[in-house]
Amino acid sequence: MASVLILVAAGAAVAALLALRLWVVLHSRVLGPRQSCSLLVVAGSGGHTTEILRLLENLSNAYSPRHYIIADTDEMSAHKIHSFEQNRADTTTMLSEYYIHRIPRSREVQQSWLSTVLTTLYSMWLSFPLTHKVKPDLVLCNGPGTCVPICISALLLGILGIKKVIIVYVESICRVEHLSLSGKILFHLSDYFIVQWPALKEKYPKSVYLGRIV
Amino acid sequence: MKCVFVTVGTTSFDDLIARVSAHDTLQIFKSLGYNRLVLQIGRGKLVPEPFSTESFALDVYRYKDSLKEDLQKADLVISHAGAGSCLETLEKRKPLVVVVNEKLMNNHQLELAKQLHKDGHLFYCTCSTLPGLLQSMDLSTLKCFPPGQPEKFSAFLDKVVGLQ
Repeated sequence: MASVLILVAAGAAVAALLALRLWVVLHSRVLGPRQSCSLLVVAGSGGHTTEILRLLENLSNAYSPRHYIIADTDEMSAHKIHSFEQNRADTTTMLSEYYIHRIPRSREVQQSWLSTVLTTLYSMWLSFPLTHKVKPDLVLCNGPGTCVPICISALLLGILGIKKVIIVYVESICRVEHLSLSGKILFHLSDYFIVQWPALKEKYPKSVYLGRIV
Repeated sequence: MKCVFVTVGTTSFDDLIARVSAHDTLQIFKSLGYNRLVLQIGRGKLVPEPFSTESFALDVYRYKDSLKEDLQKADLVISHAGAGSCLETLEKRKPLVVVVNEKLMNNHQLELAKQLHKDGHLFYCTCSTLPGLLQSMDLSTLKCFPPGQPEKFSAFLDKVVGLQ
């Protein structure tokens, strides 16, 4: 009886500690100038990849190395990324350092919600070791289901005191009046949440609105 | 040679492909002065049979590395509501009709089509209302689409990561 109570108390203490750590991580800002920034980019299927590559086009070479994460069934994105990086290498004098990593998809288009919970948990299991290995300075994503386990893994790195990772979420231009499911989840967990239409800025005043950026 | 280009991006949109290659729709295209129809069918299961007659030609393919060339040659683009397809087409200043896929969950693509239509940049419809729209629309009323500004994003990011 007593041991059960102790276990419950210990569980509650751990939960409280984690919640506190989460709060601290979400409210801390990285200080100080830097020369380079390693980047973890989550590329989803089709348009998500196209949009995120457009965002990367204008970034300076200081954002290096670039780690791309794609779903293991997504060959189209791998191809687009290689083309993008090849183009970049052709137009700059610096060597491109980039890597493509594959993880299982969190959910397929039109997949049922229940099985989505299971596949997302499985993705988490694989995302954390990958995120931990890369330890990026910055995670950049724009909404595919794949990004939720990655962002949670990045947060975990902060919670466990391993590294504070800046999480920047850019909601897709497709989202004019309502956030995507990933957006609704990550709105509370990202450091900067960027929207591209004024209606969303009005609904979510804490978001960042820079106009249309793709 | 007036050309219609139909694109579904990386998705599967059999309803659209069926609608545009149906006999009555082909008649509408002909009556509007088009003599070529190119279908980019992506992951779709429906593969219409290509043909070429004196007055009309139909081409079909799944993917290309870049749709730039087909967009460039098109006089009218009919597209699914994917952001990539829409933006690429609008940036090339081509008249665009977006067909919304009613079978997608939450149909988030509809929001973008509606907004761009509200701003006067494209027409939108569903598969069933496409023939009606083709016959009634006035392409000259479409407005030019200004480019996005990714440099604002890079300036913002440089600031927040401390790269300045």
